[in-house]
Amino acid sequence: MEILLAIMVGLLYAAGLFMILRRSLVKLIIGLVLLGNGANLLIFLLGRLVKGRPPIIPEGSKALAGAFADPVPQALILTAIVISFGLQSFAIILIKQAYKVVGTDDLDEINATDEDA
Amino acid sequence: MLLAVLSGFIFALGLAAFGRRFKGRAVVLSALLPFGLFAYFLSLLPGAAAGQPAVYRYAWAPSLGVELSFHADGLGLLFALIISGIGTLVFLYSAEYMKGHKYLGRFYAYLGAFMGAMLGVVLSDNILALFIFWELTSLSSFFLIGFKNEEAASRRSALTALGVTGAGGLLLLAGALLLVYVTGTYSIREMLTSGVALPEHGLYPAVLCLVFGAAFTKSAQFPFHFWLPEAMKAPTPVSTYLHSATMVKAGIYLLMRLSPLLSGHQYWHATLITLGGVTMLYAAVHILFRTDLKGILAYSTVAALGILAFLIGIGTEAALLAAAVFVLVHALYKAALFLIAGIIDHEAGTRDVTRLSGLGRIMLPVAAAGFLVAISSAGAPPTFGFVGKDLIYEATLHAGPWSTLLTAMAILANMLLLYGGFVAGIRPFAGPLPEEFEKAHMPGPLLWVPPVLLAALSLLFGLAPQLLEGMLARPAVAAMVAGQPDFHLKLWHGFNLVLQLSGLTLAGGLLLYWLFRPSLRLERRIGRLENISPKGITEGLARGFERFSGWYTHLLQSGYVRRYVFIIISFLLALVSYRIFTSVNLYIDYGRISSMATYEAVILLLMLVATLIAVFTDSRLAAVAAMGVVGYSICLLFVFYSAPDLAMTQFAIDTLTVILFVLVLYRLPKYLKISNTRGRLRDGALALAFGMLITVLALEVLNEDINREVGNYYAEHAYVLARGKNIVNVILVDFRGMDTLVEISVLTVAAVGVFSLLGTGLDIKKRGEK
Repeated sequence: MEILLAIMVGLLYAAGLFMILRRSLVKLIIGLVLLGNGANLLIFLLGRLVKGRPPIIPEGSKALAGAFADPVPQALILTAIVISFGLQSFAIILIKQAYKVVGTDDLDEINATDEDA
Repeated sequence: MLLAVLSGFIFALGLAAFGRRFKGRAVVLSALLPFGLFAYFLSLLPGAAAGQPAVYRYAWAPSLGVELSFHADGLGLLFALIISGIGTLVFLYSAEYMKGHKYLGRFYAYLGAFMGAMLGVVLSDNILALFIFWELTSLSSFFLIGFKNEEAASRRSALTALGVTGAGGLLLLAGALLLVYVTGTYSIREMLTSGVALPEHGLYPAVLCLVFGAAFTKSAQFPFHFWLPEAMKAPTPVSTYLHSATMVKAGIYLLMRLSPLLSGHQYWHATLITLGGVTMLYAAVHILFRTDLKGILAYSTVAALGILAFLIGIGTEAALLAAAVFVLVHALYKAALFLIAGIIDHEAGTRDVTRLSGLGRIMLPVAAAGFLVAISSAGAPPTFGFVGKDLIYEATLHAGPWSTLLTAMAILANMLLLYGGFVAGIRPFAGPLPEEFEKAHMPGPLLWVPPVLLAALSLLFGLAPQLLEGMLARPAVAAMVAGQPDFHLKLWHGFNLVLQLSGLTLAGGLLLYWLFRPSLRLERRIGRLENISPKGITEGLARGFERFSGWYTHLLQSGYVRRYVFIIISFLLALVSYRIFTSVNLYIDYGRISSMATYEAVILLLMLVATLIAVFTDSRLAAVAAMGVVGYSICLLFVFYSAPDLAMTQFAIDTLTVILFVLVLYRLPKYLKISNTRGRLRDGALALAFGMLITVLALEVLNEDINREVGNYYAEHAYVLARGKNIVNVILVDFRGMDTLVEISVLTVAAVGVFSLLGTGLDIKKRGEK
């Protein structure tokens, strides 16, 4: 499983990077989302896969015992998911407005600050 | 002593503050500063002559080995006296010459700073302090050369000078550090007495190259000489001070100072003799082709510097004595000639020697001074120049196997120097007075007294050279040779070979002066060769470099996001994969791999297909949907692998993202098919390589044991300390509550951003409707 998952992570990274290298703004955002997913999955994978043992203390006991999934990467990923949502929503609205004002989503045409450039 | 060296800077700072009130009598009085320094250095002379030079130490940056330590031995004092003495005259002269100039205060501030820096160079014992002062002279001279900053030519020549001497300064720093490395001390004095035989050290060629680079650029040796004639755009007092008497001698000083340490090897002697010789002849011949007084003087200065380097290269005691004496000879007559050129420019309004004549009728004292220094530059008795020139011939005659050639070179250079001196010091005053100069009048005493004083000194030292012998010449030479030097300075040596050579020089030079007339035609003719001159080549190189850096910058700083990303990722990829494939043992530890259930395989397959669709589809809706599928698949993976919180968050967020995307999708542009197949292939290859790198990295990390200390701590304490059972939640809201607060703030900022963006959209729409 780990091997396949590692390959999947690599694929997500590749897909994300490929989309970021495109000239279209929409593709850029999709690329960012894919890359973010890849990164989350990478952290998750590196925190080791543990099946069926969530880091939740069972009724009646005061501490977890035995094997359980590491809570630290999970906390990290949770934060990352939320933050990347903030980024993505802002970016989506930004390109919408940018498109409205500039009239293009070709990155090469909006790389100058001068209005007439 | 610290105060003496720094007084120039203090003076400059004071002027920066009170520059506006600096005029009239205060300007003349400011000459008291260099004069006081002159007197102070004179008072140090007996100590230096007795072999007990004054030493002063002050820890400046001890951790870096930089200390302000000064050491007034004969050599340093010789230069310090020239600097402060000529400084006094230049301060006086400028008071009249620059009278009423808008930025007089600024001018004196630069002069003061320059004087301080120059004194620092010649008196510093710490080699890093020497470097710092050295750079300060370059900087202050930049401001002085470019003082007429409204003229483009001035600015350009100031930049040229800064470029050349600044580059030399960097070489000096490198050379100094190597010297410190080899000798193990920062103190020049200790270097000289350390007994390290540097010529046998492996780093000797490197040290030599660097020191030569520094000295040759500063002292305008071929092929770096071109900045000096350029620098004549400066006001004449500046040319006098910097470009004849002091700054250009800094390189000579460096060579003299380090000669006990570095000389004794063929590299040292051959390089200096060759380059010094080339410089003196090249520049001396150039004198013939100039019509501008200051141009003539500039080239004759370069020639004189060449002679100095040449003498240091010969390196015998006689040669070093000749060099030390010639430094003073040259400072006296060349400064005077510059000052006279300034007077002529000031009064007659031109420096063109083809037009100037007869001015002697108007300004007799100046003409007399001109005559005296001209014969001093010619090396005719009874002036100091004669003493200097005799010493030079003495040195070349006893210079070993090549002595005939070297002497011939020295004679030729001296003939041309004679010509230059006569053209600048005698021709403008001789002959009938043309009409155009009839309005010229006698300059004020502040202008004519300094050159007359210098001329008088030239004569005095010529008649009584023994005045200098014990106090100045002997300690100066003692700093450069081992043991006590033994010599006597005399005007008259009797009828010997040296005298006959002097006679030959005089005859040849005079013949040249009578027969040869400088003309514009010749100056133009040589101007055509500019493209292949060192100056032209250097400027071409500078332009080429500029173009190259422009091209290079455009290549890297293209302004296209994807190109930046491409470069960054390529670099990262190359670096990390090089490391991985050269020094990491690649393997997969199957013992750590868990098995896989069918539903998991299905999910992975789903993700794979969805990712491919997201990348390759032409429909935006399909891409967004596929992106959602990827997100949900990840969500399922979280469910299977014990991360319920993550699953919930991912589910919610992914849903929101997709909804948001779909909502604005039809306000978004259609996909453009801009890139060509080749570009896509290139990007695809990079992306795949990068993905593979991540996969390899992930697999490598999985081989290692994981440290679960932090996770276990939270697991043990979540309930005990925070009364929570969901450990992930407890971490977020309790253990790392502050982080979560910041995270929420970030989200708030994003939300505000989204809101305000939507707001602007409305505004633009309204404006459009109106």
